[in-house]
Amino acid sequence: MSATAAAERFDNHWSYAEEVEVLTFDLNGETFALEAVIVQEILDLLPETAVPGSQPFVASVINFRGKVIPLADLRLAFGMEAAEATIDSRFIVIEIDLQGEPTLVGLRTDKVNEVTTLAKSASEAPPSVGMRWRADYINCLVKRGGEFIILPNLQAIFSSRHDAAGAAS
Amino acid sequence: MSTLDPVAVFRMEAAECLEAIEAGLLDLTHQLDNKDLVDAVFRGLHTLKGSGAMFGFEALAAFTHHCETAFDRVRKGEVAATSELVAAVLAAQDHMRALVDQPDADHGDTGHKLLAQLQAAVGGKEAAPAAVPATAAVCEAPAKKTNSWRIRFSLPANSMANGTNPLGLLDELRDLGECTVRANTSAIPPLDELTPTELHISWDVTLTSEQDRSAIDDVFIFVLDDMELSVEEISGQAAATAAPVEEKAAPAPVAAASAAPVSPATVPEFRPVEAVPARREAPAPASQAKAAENVRVPAERLDELMDRVGELVIAQSRLSQLASASADIALRSVSEEIERLSGELRDTMMVLRMVPVATLFSRFRRLVHDLARETGKVIELVTEGESTEVDKTVIERLADPLVHLVRNSIDHGLETPADRLASGKTEAGTVTLSARQAGGEVIISIKDDGRGINRERVRAKAESSGLIQPGQPLSDSELLQLIFAPGFSTAAAITNLSGRGVGMDVVKKTVEALRGAIDIVSVPGQGSEVSLRIPLTLAIIDGLLVRVGSGRYVIPLSAVEECLELSLEEDLRSRGRSFISLRDSLVPFLRLRDLFRTGTKPDVHQKVVVISTGTERVGLVVDQIIGDHQTVIKSMSKLHNNVATFSGATILGDGSVALILDVGHLVAAGQQQEAQLRVAG
Repeated sequence: MSATAAAERFDNHWSYAEEVEVLTFDLNGETFALEAVIVQEILDLLPETAVPGSQPFVASVINFRGKVIPLADLRLAFGMEAAEATIDSRFIVIEIDLQGEPTLVGLRTDKVNEVTTLAKSASEAPPSVGMRWRADYINCLVKRGGEFIILPNLQAIFSSRHDAAGAAS
Repeated sequence: MSTLDPVAVFRMEAAECLEAIEAGLLDLTHQLDNKDLVDAVFRGLHTLKGSGAMFGFEALAAFTHHCETAFDRVRKGEVAATSELVAAVLAAQDHMRALVDQPDADHGDTGHKLLAQLQAAVGGKEAAPAAVPATAAVCEAPAKKTNSWRIRFSLPANSMANGTNPLGLLDELRDLGECTVRANTSAIPPLDELTPTELHISWDVTLTSEQDRSAIDDVFIFVLDDMELSVEEISGQAAATAAPVEEKAAPAPVAAASAAPVSPATVPEFRPVEAVPARREAPAPASQAKAAENVRVPAERLDELMDRVGELVIAQSRLSQLASASADIALRSVSEEIERLSGELRDTMMVLRMVPVATLFSRFRRLVHDLARETGKVIELVTEGESTEVDKTVIERLADPLVHLVRNSIDHGLETPADRLASGKTEAGTVTLSARQAGGEVIISIKDDGRGINRERVRAKAESSGLIQPGQPLSDSELLQLIFAPGFSTAAAITNLSGRGVGMDVVKKTVEALRGAIDIVSVPGQGSEVSLRIPLTLAIIDGLLVRVGSGRYVIPLSAVEECLELSLEEDLRSRGRSFISLRDSLVPFLRLRDLFRTGTKPDVHQKVVVISTGTERVGLVVDQIIGDHQTVIKSMSKLHNNVATFSGATILGDGSVALILDVGHLVAAGQQQEAQLRVAG
């Protein structure tokens, strides 16, 4: 992923407004944010059903209001260690566009924080060095207080094949 | 997407209308002198023209008008219905369909060509389409002798509910000429028995007009099927005297009206209520009166409803679990009540999606008609069991495979008339499309009485393309199944094979995607029959719920042959080989625990579920058989597209998800994994 392409993506993300309303959550000690408009619901943990033979990144499905939806673990996309659920763990159900079709997907999180507003002025494109995560999986980083919030590029994450992540787990 | 715009509604109606016209025309090819069919086609064209103009499909209305005019002439006996005319209108009908679908597209001079054809078929000079104004059919030679008619008519009591306005009919009669109208009110019941929306009045009309008899029939054309109508011609003299007589008769009912308070004068008061259904709806002939009771619903709304019902069923089973654990009698009784209701609701829901296969079969009349012209063969299409109901989605997806199969029957199965006569058969070949229900499946078969499949050629082709070893022993059904192999659908195969080959692999794939199966029976020299066995519905299947490790899975019950216990010694012995002996035949088995990498210890008493994939039997080793389960099938998301082992998922009573095994793919995956193990070992 070249620096210009990353910058382009970064600009696309903010092209609509100077500010974006997001939902922030924790994963493996990092803070992530999802655009609030794609978030459908935050759920307490539900019984999961493993799908043998699927990619580890989306290894199970859950029953979301009568629909069977995949449950994804962003940890594996970012090469983090899989972890046990805690008392704070929640699922976030989002709707994203997969191959032209709106698709509901559940995401595992360690903890859901808050709905907040992030300013474009505080955001930066992912640096080309200094990160062990795949740069194309990140839309941008937003500085807030002393820390960085990661805005993942869900399209890139859900459309790639996760061979690396699969091997890593 | 959920609210339908009027144009979309018109398109649906027009499609139905065109189908009816096509059906009428196809019937007409066999019985050219059937007046009812001519009338039916004319009515269809008239309706299409009218609603087309109303919804702004001007090109359609204008074009249809000419066909209508042509048919009007047939109807009036001016020209005879000929097969050329029917063929021309059939072709024109396709053009109308195009005009409905793409009203703005440039259709070039297709329309003109068709009209020229039509004109040639009708053979009349004055039918020159462009020159005929809309009313030409009615106003013919201007100097015509006047006729007098005595018309009596009565309409069915419920006709106003159907949108018929008798006053409108009277107005139309008045337009034809001088009219004397007398209402016969003798049938009006006493007030306390009177239903104000019903019609009890009949009319006697004396009409003096320059028009001929058919103009009177035109007035009643759309209600003709239900009403009683008598038209007598009276001489000019008689008319003059008859009129005053009837005038005299008129006061009598008015006097009677004081006894029965509903006098003819009150009839117009019904109008504000009854006039609301637009007169456009009145043209529905009797056969369409039933269709008016149907409601069109977009399929996605039904799917939504289905989802809600599925959720309700799940919530209900949780409720009954809670209730059965509780000592509260009232709670238990409510729970039972809800259980019954949700069960009924689910059954009703299932039926909503079902449509008769007649909608599918009717399409083939045209195909067979066209193919008969194309191939020069004489073909009779017989359809059976058209009222059999199948899930709408199934019907839609079966359309293409059936086209393939019917084409093949006609192209390759049926001989030419000369060949048929030479082999002692009748000149006309018969293709039979039939549907019947058998348990949870519907069996749709395509049968022909042609030459049958040439097995030697199938074998030769299969051997030459490497599908089978030369001389490999095959059962007859295995041999016939070879025609579904992808290699058989190549262009070369069509010319080399007398049997079926075009797109048969596609047929097989579609049928398998519907969880169905194909059987072929073929007797050389006597014909072939291809039967598709398809589950009745895609939404719900009967499944066998099993447990493997900690996961629960559903095996479609239609694939299950039997269940047995895997004895401990078989289990131990089967380290090196994985098959059991079942009534003296070998049945290989797959350990689902290994396949799914559950990482759990096997149960002590493992079970084997023997399944049939159509060609082979395979045992699936599971930890526990939980039981039958009515399964509402949910599709899996795109993220799990690569997992072919499962055809979908379902939600169990406790709200958790169970995956539904795709038996065919599972066996294939098992073979692959074993092959890998062998390589690794």
